[in-house]
Amino acid sequence: MRARGVGGAEWQLALPLALAYAAFFLVPLLLLIVVSAFDNETLTTVRFAQWRKFYNDPFYWKVIVDTLKLGFYTVMATTVIGYPLALVYLGARPRWQRLILFVVILPLLTSVVVRTFAWIVILGREGVINQAVLGLGLSPAPLRLLQTEYGLVIALTQIEMPLLLLPLLSVMSRLDPNLKDASAALGASRWRTLFRVTLPLSLPGLLAGCMLVFASSTTAFISQFTIGGNRLVYLPLLIWQQSLVVYNWPLASVAALTLLVSVSLGVLGIAAIGRRAQAHAA
Amino acid sequence: MATVTAEPRTLTRAATRLRASDVLYTLTIGSLATTALVILVGPVVIVLLTSLTDGHSIKFPPSGLSLRWYRLLFDPVGSRQIHLAALNSLQVALVTMAVATVLATLASVAIARRRGRWVRAVDTFFMSPMILPMLAFGLASLMYFTLMGFRTSLTLITIGHVVVVAPFVLRTTSASMSQLDPALLESSASLGAGWLYTFRRVTLPAIAPGIAAGAFLAFVASLDNVPISLFLAGPRSDMLPIRMWGMMESTLDVRVAAVSGVLIATVLVLMLVMERVVGLTRRMRG
Repeated sequence: MRARGVGGAEWQLALPLALAYAAFFLVPLLLLIVVSAFDNETLTTVRFAQWRKFYNDPFYWKVIVDTLKLGFYTVMATTVIGYPLALVYLGARPRWQRLILFVVILPLLTSVVVRTFAWIVILGREGVINQAVLGLGLSPAPLRLLQTEYGLVIALTQIEMPLLLLPLLSVMSRLDPNLKDASAALGASRWRTLFRVTLPLSLPGLLAGCMLVFASSTTAFISQFTIGGNRLVYLPLLIWQQSLVVYNWPLASVAALTLLVSVSLGVLGIAAIGRRAQAHAA
Repeated sequence: MATVTAEPRTLTRAATRLRASDVLYTLTIGSLATTALVILVGPVVIVLLTSLTDGHSIKFPPSGLSLRWYRLLFDPVGSRQIHLAALNSLQVALVTMAVATVLATLASVAIARRRGRWVRAVDTFFMSPMILPMLAFGLASLMYFTLMGFRTSLTLITIGHVVVVAPFVLRTTSASMSQLDPALLESSASLGAGWLYTFRRVTLPAIAPGIAAGAFLAFVASLDNVPISLFLAGPRSDMLPIRMWGMMESTLDVRVAAVSGVLIATVLVLMLVMERVVGLTRRMRG
């Protein structure tokens, strides 16, 4: 009765969205496969030439690996500083919890372009960091932070951290605070409590966050291009260049499908690691 | 005798060791969490202060404070292209919000209370734009519409945005739906109310805050969208994020800071209003 819903005919209400998704999401994605099969820009012969070109070239392999590595570094960096913030949230009073939540969501709702711009101001030659470094005499010349991979990872850490924290805080807010106290009362150190109680219990939220960060950082074209420059080539730059600069749609489609599949595999990989860790903890 | 004296000593030693490790814990976690807070808020503050500079270049800290870049930004002649892009973005975001909210609310009413493999598959399909690289979808849309013979336009951008932002509405509305007491619906039905009447008088009022929070998120997501607009924006359909990116790439115009300041202030005000009205942050946390 409950499963059927009231009136029993409600499922048709999903049809408008389903049709819109079929026509404007699924079909275009399938079209990527079709276009990628063509050999040339004018889309006349079908012999998968661009696929062979892409996968026989070590340069493109390096781009794939670099893209996945960028996602991996960003996940690591956001976790190392984001998870402790979630721990503080767990132990904080409701007032402070609300404040932390607000601070996490505010950057999420500010445009990615604005956040990227902020990092240009911070990492640039006359930027905040270089002013501090020169002012303190730590280095004779300004550091080069823009157009480097670590500069990009620092920026992406801020840009993507809210995506890690939202699902994590969601799980933290449902944890029973008594468990932590019980662990402490039984004599466990705070580190032991963290690794044996809190971390295993909050793992689903952490993994959901890691997946979002991985997917988002590997796709963040404007941040990658504006902070990383055009010497750091990732798949999104390749897609943009091939489609909007040199108009090679088939090669752009190959790169887009590669991004789609490799990011999905990365996300599934994170999920698999999570299942193993949970089985291990149980 | 010896054991009696030894015992308390080991206990104290264990206790101090415990305390030392706890201090280390508090220091480590505290400093990392502080770094996280600074890194989250710092850039927003830095952009706001930079936009108030009286100098000619983007520098932090600014040499002096003034509103000159805001005056330039609001100049109807000098900043005409930014205004056009902003109006386009606003128009697309409003229409996207309306369409996505209606479609996603209907869909979530249909599937939120159902179980089964098919329902889960459909739900995953609807939510997939959240996790799939939307840049690939942006390229796909460009090729799809071009091969069908369309030229880039605000309508096409709106269609792409609806697909991308629908999951936001779906998520918040489904959360409200799952909190809805089924007894309410059953009693309404047993009292002879038709499906539509029950929907209007029972379901809709109960899930309205979830819908409103989702609509707001859809609006913001459309306003900020890059992956779709990057491919579908054209000379006649310039979008604000893409124009800002262009300004950043070419001259690093200080007006970018002023636009950012306006966007941050707008989001902040809307966020505070939505927090009051529907408890936005709680709904986003889930």
